Amino acid sequence: MDFKDYYEIIGVEKDATQDEIKRAYRKLARKYHPDVSKEPDAEARFKEVGEAHDVLSDTDKRAAYDKLASGARSGQPFSPPPDWDAGFEFQGGGFRSGESGYSDFFESIFGQRMRGSAGPRGRTEFRSRGEDHHAKVAIDLEDAYKGATRSISLRNPEIDATGNLIYKDRTLKIKIPKGVKRGQKIRLAGQGSPGMGGGESGDLFLEIAFHPHPRYRIDERDVYLELPVTPWEAALGATLKVPTPGGSSVDLKIPAETATGSKLRLKGLGIPGSPPGNLFIEPLVVLPPANSESAKEVYRKMESELAFNPRSKLGV
Amino acid sequence: MNEDLFAGDILDERDDLTLDELCQVCALETTHIVELVDEGILQPSGRERVSWRFSAVSVVTVKRSMRLRRDLGVNLPGVALALELMDEIERLQRRLDVSDRLTRGESPPPD
Repeated sequence: MDFKDYYEIIGVEKDATQDEIKRAYRKLARKYHPDVSKEPDAEARFKEVGEAHDVLSDTDKRAAYDKLASGARSGQPFSPPPDWDAGFEFQGGGFRSGESGYSDFFESIFGQRMRGSAGPRGRTEFRSRGEDHHAKVAIDLEDAYKGATRSISLRNPEIDATGNLIYKDRTLKIKIPKGVKRGQKIRLAGQGSPGMGGGESGDLFLEIAFHPHPRYRIDERDVYLELPVTPWEAALGATLKVPTPGGSSVDLKIPAETATGSKLRLKGLGIPGSPPGNLFIEPLVVLPPANSESAKEVYRKMESELAFNPRSKLGV
Repeated sequence: MNEDLFAGDILDERDDLTLDELCQVCALETTHIVELVDEGILQPSGRERVSWRFSAVSVVTVKRSMRLRRDLGVNLPGVALALELMDEIERLQRRLDVSDRLTRGESPPPD
């Protein structure tokens, strides 16, 4: 575990007043709150900031910490590093409060004192209930069409027989049903932290995210595919084979005079559901390269035979 | 290690939780939920309290609201505002993702 410089974490000087600490903390808490922030390490930062504030805002704890800090420097090994940020998982319900949310470093200094006491502020209404856990599950678009299973690693705090706080790792295999969309939540009742004193276990909340797809874009249950077409297919119309995320390909009729920017809908071929999403095909007219004499000849012929001025509306 | 396969409940937009059920799932008193309805943060179908039906995603909204209140010291109108703004950002982000192709769409001209 590394020594943590709580002043550096909050971004104040060692001689900061309680007001300065409070102001700096409030600002960082808003910035890194896991429900608000988009920063990838928001949850870990929020916990760290909360922990620093819990120590520095309490004059007794701050004094004890200052005494300890006079001999140590941030980042210096203290003993093995905590890996609270492992994976995506974070503990919700109480992001900050509750004995379980603190770093090993904090536990090693203040742990004894906290345990058995009422615990830090807040949380009184469901103290005996276990914490909820939150995890993001990233799946591929194809998984939303077919369903999938994913393994999630969770770390639960538990009080062992001798009254010490220990962390137990466990892996859950979770079924992702077909038809899920981005941001959808799945609740696994009772799969959060166990309750204290006979209280109920918390729940596990999973949020669905999609890996970016090289070919498709996703909006809710609608899926978009950019389809390169030749100028003659776009101009004259054609029947083209297009892939679908479901795996099969379909024949799509492109009408004559199709322009880049138009959208063709394949009804119900988006992500399954009730109602299912649509698959939108966006034709993109691609010009053949003029890299041979015969190709150049075709372009010259078009120039001489087609009276075409795409800039006619620009007034020049 | 646990090798069982867990399925879980999909939290969707269908209104099928009663007030009691929502309280139970969120481990909260009725008054907390009623406050959220009064603030417009939750919008159950049904007029009377006994006929209120909440969507399953409400569970997430309730928990988020409680965390914002507790962790950031925001009051209920503040929570409502924050949630609306975050939804708006999420919506705009999605649109941005979809319209991204407009900026990367055209392939570079061949040399």
